Amino acid sequence: MYRWDFTPVLANWPLLAQGLVNTLKVTSTSLVFGLALGLVLALLRLSPRPVLSWPAGFVIEVFRTTPPLVQLFWFFFALPLLIGVEMTPFIAAVVTLSIQSAAFFAEVFRGGIVSIERGQWEAAKAVGMDRRQTLHRIVLPQAVKRMIPAFMERSIELMKTTTLVATISYADLLFAANEISQKTFRPLETLTVAALIYFVVIFAFSLAMRQVERRLAVTGETTVRR
Amino acid sequence: MNHRWDFASVLDNTDALLAGAAGTLRIFAICIVAGLALGLVIGLGRTSQRRWIHWPASAFVEFFRNTPVLVQILWFYFALPMLVPFSINPLGAAALGISLNSAAFTAEIVRGGIQSIDPGQWDGARAIGMGWGQAMRRIILPQALKRMTPALTNRAIEIFKMSTLASTVAYVELLQQGKLIASINYNPIEAYTAVAVIFFIVLWPMVQATYALERRLRRDE
Amino acid sequence: MTILRAVGLSKSFGTNAVLRGLDLDVKQGERIAILGASGSGKSTLLRCLNFMEMPTAGTIELDGRVLGRAHPTGRVYQERELIAVRQRVGMVFQQFNLFPHMTALGNVMEGLRTVKRLPKVEAMAQATAQLARVGLSEKADHYPAHLSGGQKQRVAIARALAMEPALLLFDEPTSALDPELVGEVLGVIHALAEEGRTMLLVTHELGFAYHVATRVIFLADGTIHETGTPDEVLKNPHQERTRAFLASHMRYSL
Repeated sequence: MYRWDFTPVLANWPLLAQGLVNTLKVTSTSLVFGLALGLVLALLRLSPRPVLSWPAGFVIEVFRTTPPLVQLFWFFFALPLLIGVEMTPFIAAVVTLSIQSAAFFAEVFRGGIVSIERGQWEAAKAVGMDRRQTLHRIVLPQAVKRMIPAFMERSIELMKTTTLVATISYADLLFAANEISQKTFRPLETLTVAALIYFVVIFAFSLAMRQVERRLAVTGETTVRR
Repeated sequence: MNHRWDFASVLDNTDALLAGAAGTLRIFAICIVAGLALGLVIGLGRTSQRRWIHWPASAFVEFFRNTPVLVQILWFYFALPMLVPFSINPLGAAALGISLNSAAFTAEIVRGGIQSIDPGQWDGARAIGMGWGQAMRRIILPQALKRMTPALTNRAIEIFKMSTLASTVAYVELLQQGKLIASINYNPIEAYTAVAVIFFIVLWPMVQATYALERRLRRDE
Repeated sequence: MTILRAVGLSKSFGTNAVLRGLDLDVKQGERIAILGASGSGKSTLLRCLNFMEMPTAGTIELDGRVLGRAHPTGRVYQERELIAVRQRVGMVFQQFNLFPHMTALGNVMEGLRTVKRLPKVEAMAQATAQLARVGLSEKADHYPAHLSGGQKQRVAIARALAMEPALLLFDEPTSALDPELVGEVLGVIHALAEEGRTMLLVTHELGFAYHVATRVIFLADGTIHETGTPDEVLKNPHQERTRAFLASHMRYSL
């Protein structure tokens, strides 16, 4: 019978806490950049001019169709040699996760914008608005509300994907857990604790997301799912 | 760009890449079958009214959907051997992690599909004397499966991409071979680009198929 | 000969008591029209009789046997027993509930193959005959999506008939149909009535009820408010509420 002993793990709780903080740092930074970039990509993709929509489409498809870990390795190991920049694990992580999540967010944005009926566009045009004004004043405000659940779902995915950065030695929660389990020879307790921490944080966010969805459903809004 | 691209060093190692491809396909096949089969069972369990079925199924789904796959893989590789008398090899750990994770997502797809079927279909089936099993098998699931196909194809694509996580426990698949080639030939640019391109070429048709399926489904509904 | 008997039948959904101690006797060959305002429990009554809903209290007897077992918290029914009941008591729904992934013939055959376990050839023969009886032989290979509402309901009737039930329950069979399609379905039900089929018919087609029913029941407040022959209930109702209901139904007559 294995004798469980959590004390070595708990003795290292500062490392775990710092790991969690770093995980949240990467997640939130990538989320902000990802959302901004996603909106840009979506608008480019929707543009009637091929010179804008094609490259955007290319980026979106490439980053949705290749595994995130391959992207991460490419940005961390290959890109520095290509353009001669120093790449820290944090920067590589944020760049990869921002673009990767942006590709998915772009599709959510696009779906949301497209789901607004043509009538809204036509009414705005009839009043004399141009494309940019219509988007800004009429379409996006309505679209964003519908897209919220899909965004929250994608954000949760992002939080889970950040564990990949442990493979390039960024000191996130998983990396910290690995270090501790090697130090203390207690992989079972350490990894179980790490898994539970991830579960609690992500599950809490998941529940919050469902509350928001329920609240939106009550007001009769339809939602976009991708 | 000052770098002189040299893919020859990658092409010299095609046998290594092929070994990686075989490994990727092997773990993909295992996880698709295990994930979808288990997901179907647990999804059905989620639709049950009986608490002793519903609760464990829901707990499974919530846990494996809300923890990162990589954590699960490492847990199966490093932690589980402490509890069981046998050893776990990289394929076993990675396959376990990816399969269970996929099963959780598949279960939700199955549950959603079944619950999206008009309750009148259950009425029609029961009114002619069908039991639960017969109604599921003959009436509900055939209709639900059609609706679930795009989401299930999406799951398959995700599983294919997740196979790269097995490289963290040194399982021989495409990314692991990419790492190997890069370290031997000092050509990470070409090596990782090649791996990315291979994945893109394989997955692109599958992704397009999913879009087509979704469009057809929306038209039919 | 009594086929079905309900004694003290009650059904509540949460705190909402829909059926309150209703008694009903259905003898062979009877055609009972059930009328009532929405919410009066007409559908619920039908759905309790073939256990699509479980009664909260009261008993149901089929072929002289009281169904279920007594239990402190309420009667307990075995699924196997209920499956047997539903083969004896057929139902036709307002929304048809045809199986969209099967042809008309497939729909009619389904019960014979899966529930009665007949071999395919025999099931197909019987199903073909049933489709002919409702006048849809040429639509056998059509899918429900390509049938009109009236045709769909006729297939649904054939599907119920294929199981050779002793009693047929019609739950507002024409309420979801466009007016010009109502007649073809009523025609089929009329033909079944002429054959002597035992049936319970929840309907708003008062004229049809008058011509086809042997007995008319008016439901209110979860019990039978008035019962009698069509002449009695539809032409000369005793109860004020029955009168009011009929008046509201015939506000604009030709």
